[in-house]
Amino acid sequence: MSSPTTAGPAAADRLEVDLGSSRGRVLRRLLRDRSGLAGTVLVALVVLAALLAPLLAPHPPTQVHFETPFQVPRTVGFWLGTDDLGRDVLSRILYGLRASLQVGVLAVVLSVVVGTPLGLAAGYWRGLDVVVSRLTDVVLAFPFLVLAVGLAAIRGASLGNAALALGVAHVPQVIRVVRAETLRLRGSEYVLAARSMDASGVRVLATHVLPNAVPSIVVQATVIVPAVVIGEALLSFLGLGIQPPTPSLGIMLSDAQQYIFRAPTAALFPGLAIVLVCLAFNLFGDALRDALDHGGNR
Amino acid sequence: MSAVDPAGTAGAAGREELLRVEGLHVAYGADTVLHGVDLTVRRGHRVAVVGASGSGKSTTAAAVLGLLQGAGRVTGGRVSVCGDDVTAALVGRDEGRLRRLRGRQVGLVPQDPMSNLNPSARVGRQVAETLRMHGLARGAAARDRAVELLEEAGIPDAGRRARQYPHEFSGGMRQRVLIAMALAAEPELLIADEPTSALDVTVQRQILDHLDRLTTARGASLLLVTHDLALAAERCDDVLVMSEGRVVETGPARRVLGEPADAYTRRLVAAAPATAGRAGARPRPEGPGEDVLVVRDLVKEYRVRGQREHVRAVDGVSFAVRAGTTTAVVGESGSGKTTTARLVLGLEAPTSGAVDVAGGRRDVQPVFQDPYGSLDPTMTLERLIDEPLRIARAGDARSRRARVGELLDQVALSRGLAQRRPAELSGGQRQRVAIARALALNPRVVVLDEATSALDVLVQQQVLALLERLQDELGLTYLFITHDLAVARHLAHDVLVMRAGRVVEQGTIEDVFASPRHEYTAQLLSAIPGRAAA
Repeated sequence: MSSPTTAGPAAADRLEVDLGSSRGRVLRRLLRDRSGLAGTVLVALVVLAALLAPLLAPHPPTQVHFETPFQVPRTVGFWLGTDDLGRDVLSRILYGLRASLQVGVLAVVLSVVVGTPLGLAAGYWRGLDVVVSRLTDVVLAFPFLVLAVGLAAIRGASLGNAALALGVAHVPQVIRVVRAETLRLRGSEYVLAARSMDASGVRVLATHVLPNAVPSIVVQATVIVPAVVIGEALLSFLGLGIQPPTPSLGIMLSDAQQYIFRAPTAALFPGLAIVLVCLAFNLFGDALRDALDHGGNR
Repeated sequence: MSAVDPAGTAGAAGREELLRVEGLHVAYGADTVLHGVDLTVRRGHRVAVVGASGSGKSTTAAAVLGLLQGAGRVTGGRVSVCGDDVTAALVGRDEGRLRRLRGRQVGLVPQDPMSNLNPSARVGRQVAETLRMHGLARGAAARDRAVELLEEAGIPDAGRRARQYPHEFSGGMRQRVLIAMALAAEPELLIADEPTSALDVTVQRQILDHLDRLTTARGASLLLVTHDLALAAERCDDVLVMSEGRVVETGPARRVLGEPADAYTRRLVAAAPATAGRAGARPRPEGPGEDVLVVRDLVKEYRVRGQREHVRAVDGVSFAVRAGTTTAVVGESGSGKTTTARLVLGLEAPTSGAVDVAGGRRDVQPVFQDPYGSLDPTMTLERLIDEPLRIARAGDARSRRARVGELLDQVALSRGLAQRRPAELSGGQRQRVAIARALALNPRVVVLDEATSALDVLVQQQVLALLERLQDELGLTYLFITHDLAVARHLAHDVLVMRAGRVVEQGTIEDVFASPRHEYTAQLLSAIPGRAAA
């Protein structure tokens, strides 16, 4: 038996290795699955395209070329063609992705930050459960478009307000997932053990329930992203989200519908971009759930 | 295999081999888990395959039926059933041939009665389905025959119960349904894989008695897979002991249990609580001890959804535990023993009555049953063991670390394991961690809620020895909740027998075991397998 001082550093190394291998196992499982691999690659591409938009875009997204409107795809200089003002569709899609993901991340962070504590509390304390669950029902029953219109009317239409409306609309989803996980974990013997050591509820939630619920929360977050991306496109399409001339996939669709017969591709490509983003995150989320399910911890 | 035929089964029919397995090798991926298993079951014979978990006993049964999971495959050896060589079908996964083998020639009674029935289909239909699958009956005839089979399997009022769903059946009744299904096609060989390990002892005995009667009446043979050596010896003619994918000993049951030749079998026999009962009870600590745990008139009622009346899970339980002694609370599922434990631990508030512990709530610490479930998988051992200290805000980081080291020493785990996580440990090691955690605050009382039930016999013996040593060294007081009377006898000084929320008998372990006063206690005692044989 070695003394703790000599075991210290060696043990710390081991810990690193273990953590690495546990994560490595999840990653390996994720990539072994064909749709998981596709999802991961697509998400990586979408995120990279959005991040590197300023470098990748051949033109500034709002630059108008009055001399070349309605260019067809594969025109030199305008790979995906131009819109009615001669703006480059490819550049606008890249910047539009950026806006979509911005809203996506903001809304997901908001819904997770608000929903997780509420879900934990609802799952753990029965008295609170009634209150939180009814509140959840109210938010679910409230049409999110009405909320978005209200917000836009009071605070003005903007990316931030769109994210706020979408974030609030997805809080119930997070609450439900976290609440279910909490209900499952609160019956586990390690929670019982902690409770019989006289641990407070907050302590049990913070040290035992939350860490073990993280995989489910992460999966839920990846599922919310595509919903929010569609939501943002919808709000922007209706003029309740991002304001022109800032590019957004929703605005591009709404603009393009006016001349859909002259330049159908100006509507087609932003639509495809939305499909691609949603597909990427859905595939990724599904595969991630499977990978974590099969014992990330065990 | 044994050349000796027990008296009575000798003769022409007794010599016929229903199942012959020679040099069976099975591998999961690249890992070989069975290294040449030989096994013969003759007509009318009962053979038990005994071993700890991971010994390959269930794999052997699954391989013979072509039911290996995942990447498992037969890599060598020969299997013949009723004289037909089925090796080719097993290796080549000839499902058509295997389906004929399963059910028609060999019936299987699986371990878990909960997960082996379709929850959304009526029980009678599931039995009839088996008949239809084998082309034995259809339509109304199949329905009638299903009811008959359920009746034969010991289900009262079978006509009505056949129209019920599995969730309306108790565990024992579900196992009877599975037996009815296994016997539907009148196979000559029945393989039962731990058929009763999920059931209470008295139910276990009924099921095994019934299985005995059915196989005898039909002249069928039985291959019983079990971890319980005593049970194997009591129920079977021949016993085959497996360890690490090999058969280490085989022979007539009495001989293997009475005078084991192999070292591993000897250890197994010595560790079995039913047979290894010490001569007397454990010596009590000397001197007058105070009562550290006093429970008075404890009542816990639950409201059941959809019912107006409350269910009394615990009904007027009173007892006192002397410092430094062990009181076992024994009972079957639903007896209220676990609820009692939870009330003592303060996890639930009693409806009425009181739990008094000398000291305070932190002087009662738990060790739970499931060594996989009771440790948070995200934490290191150090973090797990020092959690009670953190909660109590005892000491600083350095003193906590020192205490964890001490505790690891006490439960005989290497200090080098402190930074590992539970997933890297074996079941026995995990249970040691749970014990170390329970001891962190120097409690006076430790509540052991089925603390050794999930462990293999050999590991169970080690953990019991550890608990005994800790009690002697630290003067601990144990409240030992268990369904296993043999284990209770091993560790306890006093015993409390519970049934339907009430204490039906209490006293010293010697008195209760020697001369039970309550009929239920006597019934429990006589249901312990191997008690007659030992």
